[in-house]
Amino acid sequence: MRSHGKRLLVLGAGTAGTMVANKVHKRLPDWSVSVVDRDDVHDYQPGYLFIPFGKQEPGQIRKSRRQFLAAAVEVVTGEIDRVDPEGQKVTLADGEVLGYDYLVIATGTSPRPEQTPGMLGEEWHRSVGEFYTYDGAVALRDRLSRFRGGRLVMHTTELPIKCPVAPLEFTFLADDFLRQRGLREQTELVFVTPLDGAFTKPVASRELSAELSKRGIKLETDFLIERVDQERQVIVSYDEREIEYDQLVTVPLNMGADFVGRSGLGDELNYVPVDKHTLQSTAHETIFALGDASNIPTSKAGSVAHFSVEVWLENFVELVEGRPMTHMFDGHANCFVESGQGKAMLLDFNYDVEPLTGDFPLPGVGPLRLLKESRANHLGKLAFRHIYWNALLPGRPLGLPAAMSMTGKHQEEK
Amino acid sequence: MTTSTIAGRPVDVNEEGFLLDPGQWDEQLAPELAKLIGIALTEEHWKVLRFLRDDFAIQGETATLRRTSLQTGKPVKELFELFPGKPAKKMAYVAGLPKPKGCV
Repeated sequence: MRSHGKRLLVLGAGTAGTMVANKVHKRLPDWSVSVVDRDDVHDYQPGYLFIPFGKQEPGQIRKSRRQFLAAAVEVVTGEIDRVDPEGQKVTLADGEVLGYDYLVIATGTSPRPEQTPGMLGEEWHRSVGEFYTYDGAVALRDRLSRFRGGRLVMHTTELPIKCPVAPLEFTFLADDFLRQRGLREQTELVFVTPLDGAFTKPVASRELSAELSKRGIKLETDFLIERVDQERQVIVSYDEREIEYDQLVTVPLNMGADFVGRSGLGDELNYVPVDKHTLQSTAHETIFALGDASNIPTSKAGSVAHFSVEVWLENFVELVEGRPMTHMFDGHANCFVESGQGKAMLLDFNYDVEPLTGDFPLPGVGPLRLLKESRANHLGKLAFRHIYWNALLPGRPLGLPAAMSMTGKHQEEK
Repeated sequence: MTTSTIAGRPVDVNEEGFLLDPGQWDEQLAPELAKLIGIALTEEHWKVLRFLRDDFAIQGETATLRRTSLQTGKPVKELFELFPGKPAKKMAYVAGLPKPKGCV
């Protein structure tokens, strides 16, 4: 059975939304595909990490959304007010109504500093810095260029966050940056996390903790922030611990888009509950959530968006042709972790397999090393910006299988 | 996996002492689990524990601290007072539920 003339509406033209729109247009050319976003600015978000250290220029990571969408994809610019799942329509803030046969929510997640008392204020983007927005990353670059030593504190508010390895990468890069400037001796570097270790999973947590202590970075665990005291320059936890800072770099609470909550489609953080293998809303079969917008229990990361969109597309084609969906997303994530001095580590994992040590993709050969520093990993990370703009977003195949492979991974005794 | 004797009966626990089968939990077990981590249960603790058990039955996973706070109307600060230090973990432990998933 062919389906004719139906409409896919995609909310959000970021990594996932752009890939979805382009791929559906290619596979189902008789469908009309529309994308809604509030602006025409597409940032290569992994680039934010490098800006504070002057290692990437703002201009290299910012482009137009439109230029990465196939010409036949309709682009609607506007603020989304709400989704009406029963009526299968979306209302924009200016009153425009867009109907759909299927809806993909790909509006991601964003930092919400206003959710932590004292985080916003006079010192926001000054002594209270962040690098999860373009403006924040640029402001932090200016702060770090004037930093002369003291306490530099990297803090994460609450999980989940977009790119959960980024705070570690920032810390490693800061260590390297300070050494190069002869400021490391006068700086106390502190890594503060709400988790009970450097990372969520045991093997990665052990390896990454070792990397922190090797660099003389202090690890402060189980720290759940209650407020920032900008005047006294301390962060205060619910159990009344205080950590002093001269420069705070924080990752605010991350939440999905507000219209998700307004439409009754989200959990308490506005993430859309979905089946973790099909990405289909658990409440409405005409709605899917892809990229960071869903509640799937894996990293909020571009690699997850990429792998899950590929699996989703196969299912979507089956669904609209009236067949059962037979593909299962396994939660595959593949994350480079910059570790400074021109090196990086690589994490490769899924819902069931935690990040392990080993070689990637081939045992004994690599060329990439899992959970170990190498120059090749770093070059892989740098090369990805080019791949992102030129292959990933346009929907060209990258030759990376969507499903995780155990090949080359070292399994540990339980 | 080990089998531990709590409140005079065998229960299966993991290496951190969390119950492996939430079905082995009942309201007699909770005070004993709480005692093992130095907590004497009050009615305020019970409000949290009952919410966690009911929510788990519906959602199939342990509520996060944020969810528990929003749904029970208890500020996070109060949850820290009831279950000092690591409330999310301790609440789940006493309620006989899996440790809430640390998201990756």
